Amino acid sequence: MPILTSPPSESALVAEQFDDIEQQRDAAKLGMWIFLASEVLFFGGLFLSYTIYRFTYGHVFMETSRRLDVVLGGTNTAVLLVSSLLMAFAVRAAQLDQRRALVRLLLGTALLGCVFMSIKMVEYHKDYVEHLVPGTHFEWTGADPSNAELFFWIYFAMTGLHAIHVTVGIGVLLVLALLASRGKFSGGNYNAIEIGGLYWHFVDVVWVFLFPLLYLVGHR
Amino acid sequence: MEKVVDPRIYVRTCAALLVLLGLTWATAYVDLGPFNLIVALAIAITKALIIALFFMHIKGSSRLLHLAAVAGLMWLLILVSLTLSDYFTRGWVPLNH
Repeated sequence: MPILTSPPSESALVAEQFDDIEQQRDAAKLGMWIFLASEVLFFGGLFLSYTIYRFTYGHVFMETSRRLDVVLGGTNTAVLLVSSLLMAFAVRAAQLDQRRALVRLLLGTALLGCVFMSIKMVEYHKDYVEHLVPGTHFEWTGADPSNAELFFWIYFAMTGLHAIHVTVGIGVLLVLALLASRGKFSGGNYNAIEIGGLYWHFVDVVWVFLFPLLYLVGHR
Repeated sequence: MEKVVDPRIYVRTCAALLVLLGLTWATAYVDLGPFNLIVALAIAITKALIIALFFMHIKGSSRLLHLAAVAGLMWLLILVSLTLSDYFTRGWVPLNH
């Protein structure tokens, strides 16, 4: 005889410091937004150094930026935007308690994250082969090689930090998909999905700024 | 229960973002002088706003969340404006050594 399990009652899902599930959800979202504010400042420092060096060595930045692959960078922007769409649908599936759709959408979002990382790795490899990675391997035939190298320091620091965030995001999505397949988020207990979604969309926002500022600077 | 959003809104949001991506890509190849940077930043800020409003549900969430989101930007503004006010005003006053 199969064991019948009823969905857990709402009171079982609410931690004792909260009045109800609504308040618990609001607290989780507020905490995530505060974390995202600290992330804004984390990336903000890098954007600030980019701004200073861009104004100081504008002409060098235009020349160096032209060496980046716009097609790969632009494709990756589209990949992340579509992955955000899937993530938004995943949160919706969680709200409607559609378990199978939720698992599939989370896996689809993670897959697009993997596509992004694969394209990024192809790009990094291309940069390495073309001697654009800063350090002893770096070669620059144009004017002002040390400031050209500076651009690539900033490029690798910013895209590298972003790539770490995408990698963490993929891990979070896979764990969420596993938990979702076990029915952990049923009965209105989908805080983790919503918060994971906020993180994923934030990573998307960072790339929305990185793409024009790094790839599109020198093409006019 | 939270309000569940019409899926068509998400599809339209994503379509708008992809159109803006095409727009920023295309304008990068047109010489607008200093306006290239301004246009690129304006489009990026618009895209970020669209993502925050519709994908991150800032639209329709509580005032407290709006405040937390804006607070992050305020601190970023302080970071940028104070640092740039230093960098861009260096050398205005000659130092006597």
